[in-house]
Amino acid sequence: MSILLENVTKYYERQAVVKDLSLEIESGEFFVLLGASGSGKSTLLRLIAGLIPLDKGRIWLHGRDVTTLPPQQRNTGFVFQNYSLFQHMTVAQNIEFGLDVRRVSRQARRQRVAELLRLIDLEGYEHRMPSQLSGGQQQRVALARALAYQPEVLLLDEPFGALDARIRVQLRQNLRDIQKRLQITTILVTHDQEEAFELADRIGVIDAGELLEVGEPSALYRRPKNRFTATFLGNANLLRGQRNGSKVYLEQPSEEVTLAAPPNTEHLSGQPVDIFSRPEEVEIALSRHELRGQLIGQAIVQEMTFAGPLEKVCVQLQSDRDRNKSSDLIIQVLLSPDEARTLGLARGKQVWVGLKDYHLLHAAV
Amino acid sequence: MRERELRGPLPLILLAAVLVYAAVLLLAPMAAIVSSAFAGGVGKVINALLLPDVLLAFRMTFLLALGAMLINTLAGTVLAWVLVRHNFPGKRLVDALVDAPFVFSPVIVGYALILMFGREGWFAPTVVQIAFAWPAMLLATVFVSLPFVTREIQPVLAELTLEQENAAYTLGANRWTTFRRVVVPQIWHGLLYGMVLTFARSVGEFGAVAVAGGAIERYTETATIYVFRAMHDRNPIGAYSVSVALGVLSIGILVVMSLLRRRPSHTAAD
Repeated sequence: MSILLENVTKYYERQAVVKDLSLEIESGEFFVLLGASGSGKSTLLRLIAGLIPLDKGRIWLHGRDVTTLPPQQRNTGFVFQNYSLFQHMTVAQNIEFGLDVRRVSRQARRQRVAELLRLIDLEGYEHRMPSQLSGGQQQRVALARALAYQPEVLLLDEPFGALDARIRVQLRQNLRDIQKRLQITTILVTHDQEEAFELADRIGVIDAGELLEVGEPSALYRRPKNRFTATFLGNANLLRGQRNGSKVYLEQPSEEVTLAAPPNTEHLSGQPVDIFSRPEEVEIALSRHELRGQLIGQAIVQEMTFAGPLEKVCVQLQSDRDRNKSSDLIIQVLLSPDEARTLGLARGKQVWVGLKDYHLLHAAV
Repeated sequence: MRERELRGPLPLILLAAVLVYAAVLLLAPMAAIVSSAFAGGVGKVINALLLPDVLLAFRMTFLLALGAMLINTLAGTVLAWVLVRHNFPGKRLVDALVDAPFVFSPVIVGYALILMFGREGWFAPTVVQIAFAWPAMLLATVFVSLPFVTREIQPVLAELTLEQENAAYTLGANRWTTFRRVVVPQIWHGLLYGMVLTFARSVGEFGAVAVAGGAIERYTETATIYVFRAMHDRNPIGAYSVSVALGVLSIGILVVMSLLRRRPSHTAAD
């Protein structure tokens, strides 16, 4: 175990911003803490680094209880959102700062700086000042500075937040490569789910100071256990229903619609559930018998939007209580342009909707 | 701000007004002093400056200015730090009080010190004499030159983000190393400027030190007090000579200040 958090709690003005949070992170793992702003994710990172004291719980880094240790003794590398490079020092002086305070010899420092500049692909920049670098370059120098003294743990607080999209994607790839090469246990904090998917071995979803769910990106995306996770990680269609016996009875659009209960959902038996399906797991057909998945009902095409390689279609399910009046259930569907063309979809067209795949969540109260 | 090019006679009129103003207020008095001082020849000026009374007065002036500068560099930095980095009840009041020396007459300050430390005062000392001696003069000088260091580094400190210090902590630097290697280099320029201002203000002080020290010849006399006494004693050569020496010192300080002002403290990140 590389990082172990036990019941970590932090209050700000009597408000818990991190609530009784426990988490284990393996050596060499790339862990991404994903949450909206104000969810407590950055606070948690600062608690681990020792920049703020915690109110309850314990923090272990590589088997060492660091709960009461100051940041200087935790041996973590921290990359701040705004890089926080020392503006009066050159790139080389910034990178070797952590070695200098550890009284590493000048020659060893110089060697390590050269090594790191090669790693971040900024050879020849050692004598530049931070103000002479682009945002992306500053970000890489901040990373090199945090790695210089070979910390046990690398902590990154929204490291790509201030960069434009193209550079962000490129730097993500670099970071992932460097992390894999050095095998350093890493926690990255972000609000960007795409970033989380691309980087993480595992993702932890945090909301209002609580760690809601932890898992591998694909598992969290396809089989979230939690409604917040389901909606935060991507577009989600949620239909209210009830699981009884081996079937799930939908409340809307029609009580006559039943679905087969997915395996391993027995614990939800007799309870209200949300039927969860990603837009790419929904299918559309022109007639009922053309559906291969489970029928949900009939719907009217409301909107079609171009979404890069796919077509995003919004359909409104028709409630059977009043045939003329549609229920407000909007279902999002992702189709390939080919599918959309074959179906001849257009606004106002009536279609049949089915689920190719779905999953049950405990209904939020 | 960019300089604006004005058309018509207005710029010429403004320029003339500025030149006349500077001539009347700055150059004419200086010229008067210099010409009067050297009217009797350079030798007389040098002789006047080498009198034991004058040397003692200059010694007192320098020691007071140096002392006030050292004390206010330390205290002013701490004060600025507390005002920028900490929140406490009455913070705005303290912040406003820093400017008190600008509004209080130095004479009143000197008098207050006597009331406090004089023989009948609240804090009448038993071991060392404070009032009518150098300690009261130092206190008076420290008071009148208090705002400069604080006011110079306050905005620079406010601009420094806490994250840079946090970064230094995670990199393994303790508080002192962080202050020395991360904070000081970035406030250094403002600090130096504040120190020079403090020194300049202290050298020129008259009222507060005259009252607090009692203006006793050869004992609590500073250069400015000497000029005042020489005038009264109808010793124009002494008054002119010391004035010229103080003037030259001030011009030297002005040069240092303009050199300091030309160099930016650090290149800002864009």
